[in-house]
Amino acid sequence: MNEKRAPRINPALLVEGLGHAYGGHPSLDDIGFVVQPGGFTALLGLNGAGKTTLISCLIRLAGPWRGRVRICGVDPIVWPARAMAKIGVVFQEPTLDLDMTMAQNLGHHAALHGLSRAFAKARVEADLVSHGLARYADRKVRDLSFGIRRRAEVARALLHRPSLVMMDEATAGLDVPSRRALGNNLRRMCRHDGLAVLWATHAVDEVHVSHRLVVLHEGRQLATGKVGDVIKRTGRGSLRAAFSALTS
Amino acid sequence: MARGEPVNPSPEVAARLRCMAAIVSREVSRFIGQRARLMASIVRPLLWLAIFAAGFRATVGLTNVPPYPAAVAYEVYIVPGLVAMIQLFNGLQSSLSLVYDREMGTMKILLISPHPRWFLLACKLVAGTVVSILLVLVFLLAARLWAIEPPPLGYLLVLPVLLVCGLTFGALGLALSVVVSRIENFAGVMNFVIFPIFFASSALYPLAKIAESSTALHRICASNPFTHAVEAIRFALYGRIDGESLAVLLAFMAVFFAIAVWGYSPDRPLFNARRG
Repeated sequence: MNEKRAPRINPALLVEGLGHAYGGHPSLDDIGFVVQPGGFTALLGLNGAGKTTLISCLIRLAGPWRGRVRICGVDPIVWPARAMAKIGVVFQEPTLDLDMTMAQNLGHHAALHGLSRAFAKARVEADLVSHGLARYADRKVRDLSFGIRRRAEVARALLHRPSLVMMDEATAGLDVPSRRALGNNLRRMCRHDGLAVLWATHAVDEVHVSHRLVVLHEGRQLATGKVGDVIKRTGRGSLRAAFSALTS
Repeated sequence: MARGEPVNPSPEVAARLRCMAAIVSREVSRFIGQRARLMASIVRPLLWLAIFAAGFRATVGLTNVPPYPAAVAYEVYIVPGLVAMIQLFNGLQSSLSLVYDREMGTMKILLISPHPRWFLLACKLVAGTVVSILLVLVFLLAARLWAIEPPPLGYLLVLPVLLVCGLTFGALGLALSVVVSRIENFAGVMNFVIFPIFFASSALYPLAKIAESSTALHRICASNPFTHAVEAIRFALYGRIDGESLAVLLAFMAVFFAIAVWGYSPDRPLFNARRG
């Protein structure tokens, strides 16, 4: 027996039996799924399904919760700082500082993550170019359109090179080409860079056939797996029909 | 390079210092950008000094209390109280901005950065204190126009005392921001907190004068942490250290900060989402 064992790779995100209550009422019940490195998982649910609550639990903005969570193998309860260093987040609501320029916002984020000033400056410049935002670098965020702000938030979430990025209704307010471009860009990063994505949305048309899927409804997980398998299990002809059947 | 690998490996201490520097610099530049708040913070104590103190001088007369070597004019007496008032106002205003950031969502970016929650709160506290010390220095400079001229050693000695006072009032504001979750309520609470704290202290009148009027009120004033801040500042400005007052302030700071750390812990429902 001289076989070489393949190195064990931790999932980017492991969630097991996660439950949460708010104001005495259960808001999440027995949620469990895995996002592998390079994987794109869509968290699909209607408004009020518990998507934002779930993401808030995972990034330690909501609690207490029960269950088991590992971020790249790290327990966020025991090692919160290590876990948070591996995560990038785009929130549903705008979180840029309106009185700072776009470059300052990203530079501030880099400093919060401990990057040195010179390193951060070069990284911000390079990333703004790669996200097509270089010409807005020195503009106050207050003066920019919603779509540009949102793209800047995506660039910021990826600035510290996280292993896992969580997008909470990140396309809200974006036009169709921008939504498509954002999705395509992230899928490319999944393939080439091994980025893992958890993409929370209520829009069925944002779910790609190549994605894995978690369907949430009223705090419960109704389905999980490959998109095609979920459709097959419901016996419907499309994801829209399957989602409708699951949540009706 | 694979994702998740440290792209800019740096010792943890250096990363922490960069984080703190970023938060302090953001707070200072934000404060400078808020011209109305900046002007109000400086003009408010100057009005007390120029109008209130001038009017009260005739009523109160010369004041002879430690640490002053001789009786001093009322304008001289009131300055430490006004310095402490600047820091109290600023401490609570910094926390008001925290409530605003929380409502606007920008605070989430701070809280999901890879540092312990207590450290991030301490950074906010230091940032607010730095702003308040800058304000006090501007005020003390302006007060020289009214011939308020403490000895040069006093300006040096007062700095660490201002640090302690700023941190204590900042921690009070942080603790309040845990209890008061909405910004419109916070403005009301500020008035409800600031004025009783300010008036029931030795800021405007010596404790001995209060004792002549009411023993109960004297007890309240003597146990008010604001009184200890005023006296610590008064002693430091005139070259002496009031160790007892500083110890009381440090104890209050520890309690307020502990409440804030508890209130902002992930297990508290400050950010529990109510959306999809």
